[in-house]
Amino acid sequence: MLRRTGRSALFSEALKATVPVMLGYLTLGLAFGLLASDSGLPWWLTLCMSLFMYAGAGQFALVGLLAAGGGPAEAAILSFAVNIRHAAYGVSMLGRFAPWPRLKPYLALSLTDETFALLSTLPQRGRDDGRFMGMVSALNQAWWVAGTMAGVFAGAILPWKLEGLDFALTALFVVLLVEQLRRVREPWPYVGAALSAVFGTLIAGPRAGMVIGLAGGMAVASIRRGPAVRDSGSSAGNSDSGDRKEGRSGE
Amino acid sequence: MSAIWNAVACVCVSALVIIAIRGLPFIVFRGGRVPKGMAFVERYMPPVAMTVLVVSSFTGIRWQEVPHGIPELAGALATAGLQFWKRNVFLSIFAGTLLYMLLRAFMAAGS
Repeated sequence: MLRRTGRSALFSEALKATVPVMLGYLTLGLAFGLLASDSGLPWWLTLCMSLFMYAGAGQFALVGLLAAGGGPAEAAILSFAVNIRHAAYGVSMLGRFAPWPRLKPYLALSLTDETFALLSTLPQRGRDDGRFMGMVSALNQAWWVAGTMAGVFAGAILPWKLEGLDFALTALFVVLLVEQLRRVREPWPYVGAALSAVFGTLIAGPRAGMVIGLAGGMAVASIRRGPAVRDSGSSAGNSDSGDRKEGRSGE
Repeated sequence: MSAIWNAVACVCVSALVIIAIRGLPFIVFRGGRVPKGMAFVERYMPPVAMTVLVVSSFTGIRWQEVPHGIPELAGALATAGLQFWKRNVFLSIFAGTLLYMLLRAFMAAGS
């Protein structure tokens, strides 16, 4: 227990890590709250969406569907199409979440684009890793819920314009991409993902384009990887998770 | 069915679908039965996902209209350049976002 970082020190580090997401989530959440109250959804239902769906694009899309008079069947299909990419994030976090059975349900269910981006790029923290990931995930959702409620209650009377501040999310993705470029120094995953995402978006629209981009990027990476990458992969990304349950030695 | 109960039903269904999507990988591969090739997914999913997320941030831009995506491109390039050079996450994001907001306001006022 002595080697553990203090709870408040760990929390302030988690707080610092989530600041870019805070800027993006507060402004996007505000926009969502405004849209939801504009289209006549009650505040408690809007709150439930941010608590239990917790999927930015999915929530915007559902408000649009409700405004167009859609029902539960369309809602199910829409939610599946918009959010299916999150399953891929879960698959890549299986090992990282495995040592933390009590936190795992929340970590899994709160894995948004932004939380996955942060967790998969921030350095791992050994014995503190579970608590740290839990704090980052919960803080991100707190920003999203706070932004939503601000939009619902006070958004209409805000005296200042927040236009453009949500670019912080794009900037966050750019920063995390630069950090991945330092970690995985091979061109093909990036080239494959970018080309499939662009072509997928042109052909099938932005949401399907993301799924096509993920699939295309992984396909190109699996074709182009050299034999040496196979074994170095797990040690490069997960050097400090010695207490993980599943062994890889038998592969 | 009234509109409000239809909305409640739609939210419940959507929440269940999203919970299923996010929970399924952990139920399918529970008990340490992590399949072969997972090291490959763990290594390559983050770079592939980050590339897709950056690309998707740019798909909503109307390139034909003023300001032709210039604030977005300049903001992203400034962010990437600063991150390569200084490697300070705060500096990169705040400077990039500020440049984007200034260019956007400036070009909207000039047109």
